[in-house]
Amino acid sequence: MSTSFWVNGIRQTVDVDPSKPLLWVLREELALTGTKFGCGIAQCGACTVQVNGQAVRSCVTPISSIEGSQVATIEGLGSDSGDLHPLQQAWIQHQVPQCGYCQSGQLMSASALLDSNPSPTDAEIDAAMQGNICRCGMYGRIRKAIKSVDVAASSEDKLFYNVAGVDHG
Amino acid sequence: MGKWTRRAFITTGLVAGGGVVVGISMRPGNQVKELAGKVGDEGGQLIHSYVKIDSENVITAIIPHSEMGQGVQTSLGQMLAEELDADWDRLRMEEAPAIGEYSTYSAGRGYLLAGIDFPEILIPTVDGAMMRVADSLNMQITGGSMSIRTTGAMAMRIAGAATREMLQQAAAKSWGVPVNEIVTEDSHLFHAATSRREPYASFASTIAEMTPSQTPSFKDPSEYKIVGTHKPRRDIPAKVDGSLKFALDVRLPGMLFASVVRSPVSGGSIVNVNDSAARAIEGVVDVIVIPESSVDSLLGATISGEAVAVVADSYWTANRALQELSVQWSETGFESVSSDDIFAQFDRDISSRRDRQTDRLEGEADSVFSTAAKVIDADYHVPYLAHTCMEPLNATADVRNGRAEVWVGCQNPLGFRRDVANVLGLDEENVILHNHAMGGGFGRKSRPDYAIQAAQLAQAMGRPVQLIWSREEDVRQDFYRPAVQSRFRAAFDADNKLVAWENTYTNKNEPIEAPLIPYAVPAQDIGFVSSPTHVPFGAWRSVDHSQHGFFTESFIDEAANAAGKDSFEFRADLLNDSPRHLVVLTKAAEEAEWSKPLPAGRGRGISLQESFGSIVAQVVEVSIINGEVFVNRVVAAIDPGLAVAPDGIAAQVESGIIYGLSAALHGEITIENGAVAQSNFDDYQTLRMNEAPVIETHVINSGHDIGGAGEPGTPGIAPALANAVFDATGIRVRQLPLKNFDLDFQVKETGVAG
Ligand code: FES
Ligand code: FES
Repeated sequence: MSTSFWVNGIRQTVDVDPSKPLLWVLREELALTGTKFGCGIAQCGACTVQVNGQAVRSCVTPISSIEGSQVATIEGLGSDSGDLHPLQQAWIQHQVPQCGYCQSGQLMSASALLDSNPSPTDAEIDAAMQGNICRCGMYGRIRKAIKSVDVAASSEDKLFYNVAGVDHG
Repeated sequence: MGKWTRRAFITTGLVAGGGVVVGISMRPGNQVKELAGKVGDEGGQLIHSYVKIDSENVITAIIPHSEMGQGVQTSLGQMLAEELDADWDRLRMEEAPAIGEYSTYSAGRGYLLAGIDFPEILIPTVDGAMMRVADSLNMQITGGSMSIRTTGAMAMRIAGAATREMLQQAAAKSWGVPVNEIVTEDSHLFHAATSRREPYASFASTIAEMTPSQTPSFKDPSEYKIVGTHKPRRDIPAKVDGSLKFALDVRLPGMLFASVVRSPVSGGSIVNVNDSAARAIEGVVDVIVIPESSVDSLLGATISGEAVAVVADSYWTANRALQELSVQWSETGFESVSSDDIFAQFDRDISSRRDRQTDRLEGEADSVFSTAAKVIDADYHVPYLAHTCMEPLNATADVRNGRAEVWVGCQNPLGFRRDVANVLGLDEENVILHNHAMGGGFGRKSRPDYAIQAAQLAQAMGRPVQLIWSREEDVRQDFYRPAVQSRFRAAFDADNKLVAWENTYTNKNEPIEAPLIPYAVPAQDIGFVSSPTHVPFGAWRSVDHSQHGFFTESFIDEAANAAGKDSFEFRADLLNDSPRHLVVLTKAAEEAEWSKPLPAGRGRGISLQESFGSIVAQVVEVSIINGEVFVNRVVAAIDPGLAVAPDGIAAQVESGIIYGLSAALHGEITIENGAVAQSNFDDYQTLRMNEAPVIETHVINSGHDIGGAGEPGTPGIAPALANAVFDATGIRVRQLPLKNFDLDFQVKETGVAG
């Protein structure tokens, strides 16, 4: 059965089992491998994309359910002219990624959050981001990076470490 | 260990493809021909080493370590660039290929002989022996927090400094000026009096003819401009736009996908497979039985039991069809074993002192205990843990015409290549291994079972296959952090001084010093019993330090409490002979405002653990709300000797703390009917954003030997947390994870320590 939808503004039509999840259509049919597999049961968030602006777990989203929808993936997060999204810039500035594997999903969740709520509180960030596991544990940096994109809060930007030279012979 | 650096072999440079290649080799001899075409993807230059200078004055550092999130390419590049006075912006890094020239000889030596100092006269012998050992073991290991300490300290610095010296000599000769008047900066040579300035590339061909010094002079750390400064990681931009290709992202023409299952009880083989339902699913290409394989390495034997895989045109199809298989597994004799049985066995074996051996025996512990004014005792235990790297295990292989190519993310590319070759019956030379950045490693990706399975499947299919383990398979077929029980006794004299420490635990692994305490206790008897189980185990971030850090740093807290002393003061009083430890402990306590009172329902705990050459102290603050623990804040102090990449260290400490906290709060693999009961992130919970505390890291540059960063953050979090829970509630946590506790804590009226 064929299904048509838009991915990052480009119309796509695929002819696959209607229950095949969007994650595997992106990765296997459309060669968009930026969206990752982590659990397959909507527990880890590695597969997060946006469908019509909402963050969804693509591993449990049957392709048939997105007929006619607008899908945004990490590959489309920057602008058409190649500029990084402010969140991507913040991710670099705060040196967020370690292994990086969870980060496509983190960024897609974070950008959906900021689209609907430009100045989230810590509690709102927790609520929007707790579906995204980072086994490298970069939660503190993710939170700071999200808040730094909020213009009002960005002045509190600072380094995350403090180096002291200690001399004890 | 510093003197080892002078013993590294330095090869002559060579000119190739318009550039020059200089550097140190891990072994003498010229491997140029063999290396042709395997190194230096851009410009195609031959490389026999770690350094390449091309005609555009771009310098390339070849890094023989795998990237799994630790930023190793950037930090090792910093060490090389510093001694070379290279222009950081025109330095590029490249991961070394999986070929013999890059066996981690220096890492291997550090791994096997860490901390052992040899008389100068013996060093050449040791080098020779180690070269053979590392070579024959085919090690190219990233692990043990070793990259900076071995490759960085022993290879990158020498390569950089020796190259700089040759450049200075070449320029001095060409310009007819004294060599000591030549200044190097930003990949250029200067001579002030004659106003000369030339890029390094101008002397590339000249230094290729020279013999590099084996004992170049290094900068004084006070002159560092690149090491110790914040250099944004080079790997990060490709990690924010989805462009980085993990092994899972490999796409080959005609590639099939596979999902696999092994016996739920480790060691079972296949009696019967009914695959008719699976084969009926559209898109399924084949169902393959993968034979058992066994390979051996320094890290231990890796036995991968017989398995069944479904091969299909899509992973989703393959994994769906896998669920339709009905497989009968053979009896192993372990079908009735549970976690309770295992802990009961540990308890018996500790009580009977089964084959007990000692790690440390000092003073007359027995007699001190019999005459002590007070004795306390306690039993601790921790469960098995899985690694759950964010990227599930996967590998892609193409095996045809007596040759194999494997695409994988792993912690030991050279070892994996050898293991794949052995299992397939191919010569190593006919196996090409492409190592990818890993979506987490944590020790799991030092075991080659997943890559071997992919190669076996590709061989059977005669076309490329990408094998992806489901998360369920990843959780159930791990080499787990071992479950351990640890029993303690402590004796005090009439002045409440800690005078004896006795500890017996189950099953010793690496590193050997993990159960040792830094405290000056006059009588110590620390040892272990043997209590084997059928559950496969392996290295898990910080290895044995993660269990023993929890045990010893909790029990020392019990001792402080029994002595009626403050947890910080009690430790500090026992650290008179360990000034580095005392500085770190004090720094963490000060930054965390240790003595400031907390309101009821809150508590603070402290810990101190040295591991992998770095000393870490942590102070954890918790709140107990409605019987639940919330971790509010962690203050960590680390002395890594010298912070090469300070933000990188801070990030690794944060990461190590979250990894350990996740385990302390939630992590538990249980054995039921001989098999692992958990399967995915729903029943093997991991820490999430809403539970993540604020972490502050304070880095102390003590000037001592460089220590590791990837693991030392992990061991101290569980005990600091447990000690904080005790401070808040009076409840002593002697087993993890905390989720199993009756969390209806009795909150103390005053949360103040002591
Ligand atoms: S892969 Fe979809 S939530 Fe984990
Ligand atoms: S950066 Fe590795 S899992 Fe998040």
